[in-house]
Amino acid sequence: MRGEPLLSVEGLTVSFGPGLEVVREVDLALRPGETLAIVGESGSGKTMIGKAIMRILPRGARVTVGRVTLRNPDGGRAELTTLPERHMRAIRGGRIAMIFQEPMSSLSPLHRIGSQVAEVMWLHRRMAGAQARRHCLELFAEVGFPDPERAWAAYPFELSGGLRQRAMIAMAMAGRPELLIADEPTTALDVTTQAQVLDLMKRLQAGHGMAMILITHDLGVVANMADTVLVMRRGRVVESGPMAEVLAHPGHGYTRALIDAAPEIPERLPDAGDPAGDPVLWARGLSKTYAGRQGLFGGRTRPVAAVRDVAIAVGRGETLALVGESGSGKSTVARLLLRAEDPDPGAEIVFRGRDGRRIEVAAMDRAALKEFRRKVQIVFQDPYAALSPRMSVLDILTEPLRIHGIGDRDEQRARAAELMQLVGLSPDHLGRFPHAFSGGQRQRISIARALALNPELLICDEPTSALDVSVQAQVLDLLRDLRAGMGLSYLFISHDLAVVAELADRVAVMRAGRIVEQAPAAQLFANPRHPYTMALIAASPEPDPGRRLDLAAVARGAGPPESWPEPFRYAGDHAPGLIEIEPGHYVRCAA
Amino acid sequence: MLGFILRRSVTMVWTLLIVSVLIFVIVNLPPGDILSNQIHQLNASGEAASVARARFLASQYALDAPMWQQYLIWMGFWPGPNGFSGILQGDFGWSFELDRPVRDILSEALWMTVVLNLTTILFVYVVALPLGAIAAVRANSWIDYLATFVGYVGLATPNFLLAIVLYHKGAEWFGLPVGGLMGREFAGQPLSLDKILDIAAHLVVPVIVIGTSGMAAMVRRLRANLLDELGKPYVVTAIAKGLHPARAVVKYPLRMALNPFVADIGNMLPQLVSGSVLVSVVMGLQTIGPVLLSALKSQDYFLSGFILLFVSALTLVGMLISDLLLALLDPRIRFVARSR
Repeated sequence: MRGEPLLSVEGLTVSFGPGLEVVREVDLALRPGETLAIVGESGSGKTMIGKAIMRILPRGARVTVGRVTLRNPDGGRAELTTLPERHMRAIRGGRIAMIFQEPMSSLSPLHRIGSQVAEVMWLHRRMAGAQARRHCLELFAEVGFPDPERAWAAYPFELSGGLRQRAMIAMAMAGRPELLIADEPTTALDVTTQAQVLDLMKRLQAGHGMAMILITHDLGVVANMADTVLVMRRGRVVESGPMAEVLAHPGHGYTRALIDAAPEIPERLPDAGDPAGDPVLWARGLSKTYAGRQGLFGGRTRPVAAVRDVAIAVGRGETLALVGESGSGKSTVARLLLRAEDPDPGAEIVFRGRDGRRIEVAAMDRAALKEFRRKVQIVFQDPYAALSPRMSVLDILTEPLRIHGIGDRDEQRARAAELMQLVGLSPDHLGRFPHAFSGGQRQRISIARALALNPELLICDEPTSALDVSVQAQVLDLLRDLRAGMGLSYLFISHDLAVVAELADRVAVMRAGRIVEQAPAAQLFANPRHPYTMALIAASPEPDPGRRLDLAAVARGAGPPESWPEPFRYAGDHAPGLIEIEPGHYVRCAA
Repeated sequence: MLGFILRRSVTMVWTLLIVSVLIFVIVNLPPGDILSNQIHQLNASGEAASVARARFLASQYALDAPMWQQYLIWMGFWPGPNGFSGILQGDFGWSFELDRPVRDILSEALWMTVVLNLTTILFVYVVALPLGAIAAVRANSWIDYLATFVGYVGLATPNFLLAIVLYHKGAEWFGLPVGGLMGREFAGQPLSLDKILDIAAHLVVPVIVIGTSGMAAMVRRLRANLLDELGKPYVVTAIAKGLHPARAVVKYPLRMALNPFVADIGNMLPQLVSGSVLVSVVMGLQTIGPVLLSALKSQDYFLSGFILLFVSALTLVGMLISDLLLALLDPRIRFVARSR
């Protein structure tokens, strides 16, 4: 039995019309209990394969050629592409289940988690009422809900991202499928949560003898999960084979490029000296508390302390990375530094430009603020949302100049052309609109806009997390070149330690509104001290089959501050101070 | 939830009070209302009896009192010439034009208005819901185009034109009674089963006439909302579970698309009431529409003031109902509200 594949796909071609093939002649075979990873960047057609197997292709797309067969329990094979819709419904969710990238939008916001999961039990196992509820609660416990009863009655928006994805997994497991198709299941999650969810999927797979197709862009995830790999590019399979072999000896140039582009936590970095001696921007006592919201039915929510007593300094020509998971307060720090929001009283923010003038950012009036914003610019995460679709690139790049009244039309145009060249785009494309550019090119345009006013400090808020890995590497290269060429300083905000390793001189790790560890990059990666930093490093997957995720380390540091080991543990506002354990290396722990 | 209803009700009372002040000021704003005209004529005649009658009328309706006092008397907050006798006490005033108490004129018309409008809303929702849903699910198919076409015709045809067409042809084509809201023999009769059936038959044409444009707009809106929702990942999830596509649509995206649908109840009520005035005149419906029109023209201010207040109250109740339904339908609205 072991020899015969559970699922086999032969010559699968998916097309949006003549000449618009998104998947071309893909073959794959999957044995029971096995994990196949389909790796590729956006637009490679990897998602379409999963949807074609399930026959849930988006409108307009259809399978033009190819066979998809699933082994039946009696030994025969069902041809899924021609199966009547009624039988297909029994397979969907029953024999093949699927989980998606965005657990928030993939769950109905109006229905309780319990009802959404129990629905699968009814559809495929004819369980209802108390019986379905009992099985659901068992399942919730199995997928790691701390309180299954609460999960049963909860709405998706009441759960954290990790718990939502666990709910999706529970929903997929509810029909006891033989095959699970997971489409970027952890891409929307924080790294430590990702490590835990990947571990959960692995344990469930082993426990239920389930086969899995893991669709992902992340070779690090592949190295930790897969038995075999399929590398896709532009709808075609460029390489396939056993995971360890493909990663160790990539046969195709594209696979090699993907492996090279994957960010890694470095073993050793060159020492960067002490660049914070001449800071361009520094802040002390930075806190931000959001007042509780007034509810519709009365009552007021508790105030939220998003940032607590943060001290930070960006040296001239230096890149300071601010790293933390969602909700750690890192983006709030950026907004406070830009005065996009006012910090709580008592904060001191000082900017000192090349001209040597001190600007008290916290106490600026409107005119000073405008002047300040010429010198400090921001690049946002989502290049699709950050550029107005109704403005041409020329308008986008000259807008800052117009606002600040710099130059006449011709000079502004010339400056825009210069900026395009600076970020590696052709000035001939100034007349185009953002939709004509790819994600990476749009991010280059965002960077060009930020550079239009010749700033001294660039705040980059997750500038590459919406991009493909290879494009991310290019944008990071661009940022490094610009820094050297223009004498820029960066405050680089990211959730991913591996990404900042490439660029940062110093790294500050934030958790629950506080900086928990701060050190020159070389020291931080070589000698991390705080359990949370260690968890981040341990949770970061790398395309090296020999280096698996260290879940014990993740578990030690990923929880809230109350769960950290001594002397790092604290509760509520009683945080210990930052202690300098070696020159420039600070850790928040009790002395 | 109970607290919410309570607080919303308090707000409603306040709103209604402010609206009542506005209404009172507005209906009293143009000079030369029907009563002062009568008094002027009586005074001008110079006869002692007439002058005495004019004086009596003026004091009877507290016309000699300042405006704010007149308002308070009208509402029943202030003792008038006959003690506390205002809207709060159930005395809606006197129609000078028809020379009858407002209460008597309106008693049946009020109910008929409520019945007509509720039926119309029901018609709008019952027709728009499946039509809009089908138009969205089968977007760009013949049934979508048909729904769109019907919708545009419905939107583009003025109500009164439709009223005239059906007025002349409704009886001929469908054998439906047209004109009025009940047969002549039932007018003024106590409510009986026959009367209810007769009213129901009479309601068909006016409901179609008044509801068509609102229904058409609703179909368009539901189609657009549902189309947005159909592309969302949670719909794919539902299909991937093995749910029948039709059931998946009804259970998940349709439920999401209902929000704006429900929120419209409050807006539709006043639109229907004012929209139905002309239709009621054309079709001779015994609603408050025609009464309001003539009362406004002749500045019969007790009558028009009361009708306006009634319509405002109706609107506010509609809003309250739609808010409650929204909170009931959408847990997110409930939870924003609940203290965390």
